[in-house]
Amino acid sequence: MSRPVRFNIHPIEAKISDAIGNAPAPEGYGGDGFFTARLSDVVGLARKNSLWPLPFATSCCGIEFMGTMGSHYDLSRFGSERVGFSPRQCDLLMVMGTIAKKMGPVLKQVYLQMAEPRWVIAVGACASSGGIFDTYSVLQGIDQVIPVDVYVPGCPPRPEAILDGFMKIQDLVGQESIRRRNGEQYKALLNGYGIE
Amino acid sequence: MKIKPELIKTTKCLEEDKINAIMTEHHHHITLPDGSIEKQTTTLNVGPTHPATHGVFQNIMELDGERVVSTEQTVGYIHRAFEKLAERRPLYQVTPITDRLNYCSSPINNMGWHLTCEKLLGVETPKRVDYLRVIIMELARISDHLICNSIVGVDTGAYTGFLYVMQYRELIYEIYEEVCGSRLTTNIGRIGGFERNFTNTAFTKLEKFLKEYPKVLKEFEGLFARNRIFMERTIGGGAISAERALNYGFTGPNLRAAGVDYDVRVHSPYSSYEDFQFDIPVGKTGDNYDRFLVRNQEMWQSLSIIEQAYQKIQAFKGAEAEIYHADVPEYYLPKKEDVYTKMEALIWHFKIIMGEVDMPKGEVYKAVEGGNGELGFYLISDGGRTPFRLHFRRPCFIYYQAYPELIKGGMLSDAIVTMSSLNLIAGELDA
Amino acid sequence: MAIDNQYLQIKLTEKFGDLVFNFEDSYGMLSFEAPKEQNLKVLQYLYDEPTLGFQFLTDLCAVNYPDDKGRELAVVYHLHNLQTNTRIRFKVFTSIENTDVFTASKLFSAADWMERETFDFYGVNFVGHHNLKRILNVDEMDYFPLRKEFPLEDQTRIDKDDEMFGRG
Repeated sequence: MSRPVRFNIHPIEAKISDAIGNAPAPEGYGGDGFFTARLSDVVGLARKNSLWPLPFATSCCGIEFMGTMGSHYDLSRFGSERVGFSPRQCDLLMVMGTIAKKMGPVLKQVYLQMAEPRWVIAVGACASSGGIFDTYSVLQGIDQVIPVDVYVPGCPPRPEAILDGFMKIQDLVGQESIRRRNGEQYKALLNGYGIE
Repeated sequence: MKIKPELIKTTKCLEEDKINAIMTEHHHHITLPDGSIEKQTTTLNVGPTHPATHGVFQNIMELDGERVVSTEQTVGYIHRAFEKLAERRPLYQVTPITDRLNYCSSPINNMGWHLTCEKLLGVETPKRVDYLRVIIMELARISDHLICNSIVGVDTGAYTGFLYVMQYRELIYEIYEEVCGSRLTTNIGRIGGFERNFTNTAFTKLEKFLKEYPKVLKEFEGLFARNRIFMERTIGGGAISAERALNYGFTGPNLRAAGVDYDVRVHSPYSSYEDFQFDIPVGKTGDNYDRFLVRNQEMWQSLSIIEQAYQKIQAFKGAEAEIYHADVPEYYLPKKEDVYTKMEALIWHFKIIMGEVDMPKGEVYKAVEGGNGELGFYLISDGGRTPFRLHFRRPCFIYYQAYPELIKGGMLSDAIVTMSSLNLIAGELDA
Repeated sequence: MAIDNQYLQIKLTEKFGDLVFNFEDSYGMLSFEAPKEQNLKVLQYLYDEPTLGFQFLTDLCAVNYPDDKGRELAVVYHLHNLQTNTRIRFKVFTSIENTDVFTASKLFSAADWMERETFDFYGVNFVGHHNLKRILNVDEMDYFPLRKEFPLEDQTRIDKDDEMFGRG
């Protein structure tokens, strides 16, 4: 059952004087045009607004992440609508929660399966440094096994803090040189962790 | 005495060796009887990082086609040595680590710990404090059951329910924030009461919750409870009889779904639960559908308890409405204004923080009804400032043992739904 | 209607005589001790006897008393009678050299993992357990961490300044 249309039933004729983009270009300057930018900027822009995170949620910070993914704090406005659980398909490894020594090899294996370029964000105090658990069974920070780009402190960090960390990752991604992953410094960094 | 050296940095994944070892161990694939399509079972590693295991536990399943024949479980991927940690910390410093047991409903763990300490120290809390505690604990129970039920929905394919109710968990978090400042791992309350009186904003937020939430719960229930697809997915899967459940030490909604009406709030009432009128929902077969319905009904009951408690609190007038803690200067930190101005308050503050106040010697076991069942605290004190031994009786750890029996003979997808309907919280499992 | 602690004590001493001792009332719960060889008999009696009926194993844990020579490890069972709402605590002590204790997992399936956890933390060897392996710690660990002699912290950290933490 359709209602009668009430609005916009007298459409206005388009007039040439209203349109601002319509002025003809001077002789010799017309055509499609081009835009100069650095390749790394454009690639960075594309990458940073479509990061696919892998939520490696082990404990309490994982529940705050679920809150961040919810509609109130909404991570998907930053381009991370699709979270993946397969490391082969993801760019950003978000480690949320305590990593015990038993879990360390598993974390390393997940990291190794990710394809370049990959970033790691350590969410929460436990992932950054072991947190309040200074015990024999907890890995005192995931940077003992994998290289980390951004650390988000908090126990658990508020969703705003997680989003702030995510935005810092976006800054890193946007400004990264496209030759970084092939360079000597990066290789040395990975070798420091025993990764070839 | 060799203590484990630092993690060996190798190029190969360390786990690869372990996986090879497991695969060769499991070459004892179970041979299937004649007439089966396959000759041997397939080994499937539902590994520690898996989107469907909400938490880190590993199950190495032997499958005959789609049916599960047996499973070998590995837990401990998030073992944080709480019990050893507690031996180093005085009583009020143990509260933050109890938060991290069942982190979906951390106020219940905090209150349970405070009740244990109060039992050991012989502290009586006034009625108003008890009613405030009841409100917080029931909010936590609602928060825990919301996660569990909506995750069961997600595992059967219905993602909407989860996103919709997360919004209402935010309302509960706001109430916690008003009282104690933190959203998730609350560290709420003190021995003897609360750290501050509930402000008017807290009560306004509570009223808003009580007004808006029943509609949402009704919608959520309407989405799942008589939904044909959901019923066919969940009925029959993961069933357990009452005798086996009792032998396995089940407690909480999982036991009530099997037919036994054991609820610590009714059997050994604490924090004035005997003043409230509520029912204990009980299921029949103990399968996934019954667990879902029991948790759902418990949320309604919790809502009714909160309303009753709120009315009782509003009945306190005048000076009684200002009470928010028991009068125990030896264990309850004095107000900061007093610490800076009065001598006795300063001395008490110093004694409590420095641990000069000794505990009585003794052993106490106290249980509260957590989101998953009977959460027990066994505290042995030898008179020093820290516990001599603190053991947590964690319900998740105890009923997860029954998982192989629950899924045997069922299909793989049912095994996944069973795992999420049991409400396994990794923090409570491993402690 | 909880069973009276006196009644429990009388029934136990009737059946076991001198083998059960150290009866204590700790905060309302009766707590007693028996030699470790008798633990299954006592548990079975508490389970089967119709007037007692402790058929629910609430908790099983261990405690390390390093100063009591010959009785360093205690295994503590908490039992519960759901019908009458009575709880009871039962302890067996074992020395640290010979830590064999009979397993309760045939009687209570709940004891299965609880005994594995106790083995993992304290090294109590449960005789007859079908799968006594470490459960929460890494499999390669070769000491029993919750014993009082071992430290809490990870000993391989090089970045922590012990002077600042008062452990220098």
